[in-house]
Amino acid sequence: MKQKLLQFFSKIEPDKKKSPFLHTLYDGFFTFAFTPNHVTQSGAHLRDGMDLKRTMVFVVLALQLCYLFGTYNIGHQHFAALGQYVGFLEGVHLKLVYGLIKLLPIFVVTHVVGLGIEFYYASKKGHAIEEGFLVSGALIPLIMPPDIPLLILALSVAFAVIVGKEAFGGTGMNILNIALLARVFVFFAYPGQISGDEVWIAGIEKVNGTYIGQAYGGIYHFFDWIFNGLGWKTFGAGGAAVVDGYTGATPMALASKGGWEAVTQVYSPSQMFWGAIPGSVGETSKPLIIIGALLLIVTGIASWRIMVSMVLGMIFTGLLLNGWGTTPFMQVPWYYHFSMGSFLFAMAFMATDPVTAASTNVGKWIYGFLIGVIGLIVRVLNPAYPEGWMLAILFMNVFAPLIDNAVVQANIKRRKLQAKPAAVEA
Amino acid sequence: MKNHALKYLFSFVLQVVVFTELFAQGSGTGNNSYLLYTILAAISLLILGLLIQVSDNMLGIKARQAGIDTEVHNVSIFPRLNEIVSAPQPDYVSGAPYIHLKKGFDILLEGKADNRMLEVSVSRFAVQPPNFKGIAPIPKMEVEIGAEVKAGDPLFHDKAHPDVKFVAPVSGEVIAIERGEKRAITQVVILADKTQTYRKLTPPDLATCSREELQAFLMESGGWALIRQRPFQILPAQGDVPRDIFISTFDSAPLAPDLNFVVKGREVAFQKGLNVLARLTDGDVWLGLDARGDKAPADAFVKAQGVKKCWFKGKHPVGNVGVQIHHIKPIRSGDKVWTLQVQDVITIGALFTEKRYNAARVVALTGDEFKQTGYVSTFLGANIGDLVAGNLHRDHVRLISGDVLTGAKKEVSGFLDAFDDQVTVIEEGDDYELFGWLAPSYRRPTVSRTYLSNLLFPNEPFHANTNTHGEKRAFVVTGQYEDVLPMDILPQHLFKAILTGDIERMEGLGILELAEEDVALCEFACTSKQPLQEILRDGLEMMQEQM
Repeated sequence: MKQKLLQFFSKIEPDKKKSPFLHTLYDGFFTFAFTPNHVTQSGAHLRDGMDLKRTMVFVVLALQLCYLFGTYNIGHQHFAALGQYVGFLEGVHLKLVYGLIKLLPIFVVTHVVGLGIEFYYASKKGHAIEEGFLVSGALIPLIMPPDIPLLILALSVAFAVIVGKEAFGGTGMNILNIALLARVFVFFAYPGQISGDEVWIAGIEKVNGTYIGQAYGGIYHFFDWIFNGLGWKTFGAGGAAVVDGYTGATPMALASKGGWEAVTQVYSPSQMFWGAIPGSVGETSKPLIIIGALLLIVTGIASWRIMVSMVLGMIFTGLLLNGWGTTPFMQVPWYYHFSMGSFLFAMAFMATDPVTAASTNVGKWIYGFLIGVIGLIVRVLNPAYPEGWMLAILFMNVFAPLIDNAVVQANIKRRKLQAKPAAVEA
Repeated sequence: MKNHALKYLFSFVLQVVVFTELFAQGSGTGNNSYLLYTILAAISLLILGLLIQVSDNMLGIKARQAGIDTEVHNVSIFPRLNEIVSAPQPDYVSGAPYIHLKKGFDILLEGKADNRMLEVSVSRFAVQPPNFKGIAPIPKMEVEIGAEVKAGDPLFHDKAHPDVKFVAPVSGEVIAIERGEKRAITQVVILADKTQTYRKLTPPDLATCSREELQAFLMESGGWALIRQRPFQILPAQGDVPRDIFISTFDSAPLAPDLNFVVKGREVAFQKGLNVLARLTDGDVWLGLDARGDKAPADAFVKAQGVKKCWFKGKHPVGNVGVQIHHIKPIRSGDKVWTLQVQDVITIGALFTEKRYNAARVVALTGDEFKQTGYVSTFLGANIGDLVAGNLHRDHVRLISGDVLTGAKKEVSGFLDAFDDQVTVIEEGDDYELFGWLAPSYRRPTVSRTYLSNLLFPNEPFHANTNTHGEKRAFVVTGQYEDVLPMDILPQHLFKAILTGDIERMEGLGILELAEEDVALCEFACTSKQPLQEILRDGLEMMQEQM
């Protein structure tokens, strides 16, 4: 079986000189399917079973629960806003299908654009396709609003990959986190698409000052036809009005206006913890993110130092702001900050990106702590946009080399000071 | 450093607790005067913490003035992390400092050498100039092809060190002087006599001779060539006097020979060798002792006279002499120290006890491709083909002189390198594996915790092969090297400094403390499959040119 596959692969291998792009593509897929038969040439004869592909894939695995829940939650939020199937487990098939219809195009566009650019540069530079975009591509759909226009998404991904990564030399060389760079591009270039109360619930439009649900056409009719055949509930025509008291606001937006009281009028603490709230696709369900974070910590793929110090940094700032307490948002008890926004998602999957984080162990403590501090300051004190992790992480990405340099200089200095050390007493 | 971090963490946690306490009380009233209280509390806590810290530091200063080394003995009022969590030291550890290193990784492989001697006859031996770093590629030959030599007769010398002779390990006929690239001499091959004859030596009287006489004798007799100098892992210049001399009495590398077994029957020569070395330095001769096992190591090591000792416990590379030097008395710029291996010390001792150059080596045959593993009594530079003849399961294997991490790839016609006492044979892994990176088809050693079977059976040894398990990539993962290098060194930044040719930063980051063997485990663990030993050697050569 394996031999036959190998024979097949060697038969279809394109010529490297005639069509470098095709060969790069071939090489990418071949090494994806088969671990190459390379043996050690110099140095250690034995090498660890771990490689970059496996590292990256474990991050993607850790994200799978977020994907599952995110897909369902897109549908759930949509129908809940319209007052239909308000119970979390009502209309499961409709919510799932609705979520998929929203999320799949985002996923596909992200990967077609991102991987396309990656493949192009790999063939241009004549090196193998690197695995960096496996993780970036899995992260980007999870941090976008469900209604993001695909053209904007494509632009942001292209910007992030070209300017953020390829311009610096490819995987492992970038200064800024690629996924966050894509998001920050949308944030600054198309602020209307990623802020305000309208964007976090899919398929709700503002027509003449009132919110109504979208009209279901095309693909929805196809699914209605299937569901009809099965005797299940269907989408129908759509265009229904939203329920009374609908705001579409995220807990963050509510808190910035009216503090914890305003939040709890709309969302209960347990609802925010379990994740049935509007928000970016993958960030809402806290327990599932924690499971992913634990997987990364247990396997040693992400740095527990960064995660722990980021939590400490946020608690520290949360306590300070609580103590200050001049605005309603400052008075939100510090422990609720964990469940309100995207703190945990940013902690588990964004701050821990090894390429853009500090690389020394001491540096990681400082880096994580400062993200926790700055992120919460931005979240609570910034009047324009009540969430801070994206900006805090990008900010600290820029400073990570500086932190590392300080640690390195300390090491150098320590060695110089010990130039004439005392021997161990025997 | 750890100690300090712990202290700050402690005081921080305390502050957090106090803060929360205040809010638990304040939540009912909800006014803001608590800001004042919390700040006051924080300030008083800070002052208290500062006071404790200062007095603790003063305690340390006082202790240092009294001559207590605070790196080894904890005089602080805070317990060290390792004092809280580590297992107690073994019973047999006494009379010397004990150092427990937490970092490192033991690669468990199948094919450990059984404690038995195997009968293997080796007919050809070679001295290989490239083994001795720091000499010119074309040394000056003192014999020609066809010459009859006795064991201990000089074969060649380096032009920069004319008095340092490289001598024949066995008596016999010089049958080949092989050359490699740019006519560099790669090996001088001797066909050994059936019965060995030795060149008669007249060693000086150790008690009365001067250091210069002793040095001259060692250089002439071939003993000097067995010494290596750190930094750079090179042959020491003739007439040099080192700061200290370090000998590790155990090898923690994968499948490494048990030196307690190797030293058996040669204790007298080992002790004599130590006495000789003690005369060569104004500093100390240090023995690194093995505290890993249930039983104490051989008496030859534990009861050695005239040396200082230090116990080490931990995982590989704890047995590396470089790691031990780092924890006993690190190499700083300007320092030169010497290192020797146990069997080289024995050979130097035998120059005096037997009055001949006895390059006998007990060599371990290891790896699961051997039908029979065990030890072979032979001489320095034995032919690999002779050592493995008729003892292998199959042909498609990698023959390694040394261990799997640092050893050299050899052909059947090759010879054991001068400083190796182990032959490892493992499978060549040049096979494709379907989705090998995702769903491995066989167990493989790894430092990562992503393999379930490795987590479930941590003590199960592995069948090893030479597959790289992935392609070379840029540095991506961080903190990986630090976890397997028990030294206060930032390996990733050091490697980047080498790659960018930044000499000053290299030296500052401690390149002088390292040799290839110390970073070999980093290379094994590297997710990006970077050739770290090669990078380090390039860096060391750059440094040497600067000096």
